[in-house]
Amino acid sequence: MSLILLIEQILNGLQFGIMLFLMAAGLTLIFGVMGLINLAHGSLYMIGAFCAAAVAGATGSFLLGLIAALAGAAIAGALVELVVIRRLYTKDHLDQVLATFALILIFSEGTRWLFGSFPLFLDIPDALSGPVTLPGGIEYPLYRLTLIIVGLLVAAGLFLLISRTRLGIQIRAGENDREMIAALGVDIAKLYTIVFALGAALAGLAGALVGAIQSVQVGMGEPVLILAFVVIVIGGIGSIKGALIGAILVGLTDTLGGIFLPELMKLFFSPATATSIGSSIASMSIYILMAAVLVLRPTGLFGARA
Amino acid sequence: MKQILLAAVAALSLGVAAASAEPVKVGMITTLSGGGAGLGIDVRDGFMLAVKQSGNEDIEVIIEDDQRKPDVAVKLADKLVQAENVDVLTGLIWSNLAMAVIPSVTAQGKFYLSPNAGPSMLAGKGCHPNYFNVAWQNDNLHEAAGAFANVEGYKNSFILAPNYPAGKDALTGYKRLYKGDLAGELYTKLGQTDYAAELAQIRASGADSVYFFLPGGMGISFLKQYAGSGIDLPVVGPAFSFDQGILQAVGDAALGVRNTSQWSKDINTPVNNAFVESFQAEYGRLPSLYASQGFDTANLLLSAMSKADVKDADAFREALREADFKSTRGEFRFGPNNHPIQDIYVREVIKEGDVFTNKIIGKALNSHSDAYWSECNM
Repeated sequence: MSLILLIEQILNGLQFGIMLFLMAAGLTLIFGVMGLINLAHGSLYMIGAFCAAAVAGATGSFLLGLIAALAGAAIAGALVELVVIRRLYTKDHLDQVLATFALILIFSEGTRWLFGSFPLFLDIPDALSGPVTLPGGIEYPLYRLTLIIVGLLVAAGLFLLISRTRLGIQIRAGENDREMIAALGVDIAKLYTIVFALGAALAGLAGALVGAIQSVQVGMGEPVLILAFVVIVIGGIGSIKGALIGAILVGLTDTLGGIFLPELMKLFFSPATATSIGSSIASMSIYILMAAVLVLRPTGLFGARA
Repeated sequence: MKQILLAAVAALSLGVAAASAEPVKVGMITTLSGGGAGLGIDVRDGFMLAVKQSGNEDIEVIIEDDQRKPDVAVKLADKLVQAENVDVLTGLIWSNLAMAVIPSVTAQGKFYLSPNAGPSMLAGKGCHPNYFNVAWQNDNLHEAAGAFANVEGYKNSFILAPNYPAGKDALTGYKRLYKGDLAGELYTKLGQTDYAAELAQIRASGADSVYFFLPGGMGISFLKQYAGSGIDLPVVGPAFSFDQGILQAVGDAALGVRNTSQWSKDINTPVNNAFVESFQAEYGRLPSLYASQGFDTANLLLSAMSKADVKDADAFREALREADFKSTRGEFRFGPNNHPIQDIYVREVIKEGDVFTNKIIGKALNSHSDAYWSECNM
């Protein structure tokens, strides 16, 4: 195991984590501000990817595709909030889970009805394809490097939005005491729609960015959704900072665990057994991490509320 | 004399029965929604095209969607067998669903014709006289890739597959005929879509070639990321990652990749040319290997229906075993475990106009059977 391979894998883990952050940030915002469990967040990720693939396919421009992904997911998010979610804030979590699960099914079959059952084509732009050589002779795909940078920029923007703007003040106030800010004259319904659309746009952006190196197909959002939930549980529900740290932890654990655990097992078992035991433990590693965090800090790393 | 007379009467009555046969009821359980629906839709469309072309009115097909879930498939099979009382079942795509359904329906005296899944269990110890596989045994295309690797002179392959039974069948299949060393052997998570970590390991392994079995969306992700990684090793895979349905989504990243398949649209026989042309005319897209398997399955069934009555299970089974139909892949016959004996080709991904498709560049295996038939007692 050379140093170059190790650094490359750390970059991979970082990139995976940053993309998870884009998903988890929206999820945690929505839960923190509105107290809503939104299972349909994965569908918004899928909508982003499909919008990007459709527009990039029609215009040939990846950038336009990204803009379409942001807009499409935000519009879908706002519509869903206005039509369905709005009725769920006063209901308990079980009703919310049931309704948003129904949304997953509706979005999946609706997308199939519109785009068909075969995966769509979405490729990275030529300018970002191929590898670059980093200092130290590390060859790394340029697109993944771009993903890390874009994700960090979005994270920084989100921090500024939350800490420096009027909207951010309202969001933080909404997290703390939503009756009070309504009493102070903030249009809470509008705030909820904006937060939901913002979360949806982040998910859509993640879907489009990741869709370019993975496959754009119906049902692509659900596996990511599960990981995003793990992230916000580790980070502390409602905390953007927690989502960022949690996402990077999960990304690194998953990536590095997948490589080092089989190697570690080779010290004790024959190579074939080691590979199979190691891979099995590796796929459990993030859940073990989650359990460990919950034992030490039941509200997550940065969770405020018990 | 008396015996001969009896036999003659029996044969006569058989002939009469076949001529005025009751309609055959077919239950098709396949994946029509969720991830992987493209495969089931192709099988269904291929199957229904053959039924339509035959003009045979004596066949009734009930189509059900298993959503790629074993529990749903089992429930549907119970319904088709007990409530609809079908004679023949077909359609399953995935091996884990096949293992949940097939042993139980064949035990209830129904026929099962598999248009895709061919788990090793059902080819060896778990074989059944009423179970016919019209596609391949799961290991077959991987064995062909192993043989092809020897021809190409690969000495140090890096191989990977998802960590589930068909993935293990795949790597076992590759290693069965491959003579070189392994630079690495990896089991990835089923449904994994990011392969950055695996690609870094491939780069560091010093391999001279890569073999992967990652069906559906997993393969799309892998190939796109492989192309972006700057690794410059030859890649070989089975046809499942290069079928007509997903090639367009992979795009340029697949160009030039060699893959193994029992069928290709450029197998130049009148039957296959007519199939490709009529499928395109009917559905407005090129057929995939799954569509060809659905088409062959229906034609096998139709050929048996013209020879025997489905209510006479023994005669019908014999008629199926003869495989007296014109397959889209040319030569086709059944081995002793009712699995195909067929040629397996090597194809290369090319671009025809705007459409990505495959072209045959050679034959990997001749009249290939499977490794499990000797374990089958029936």
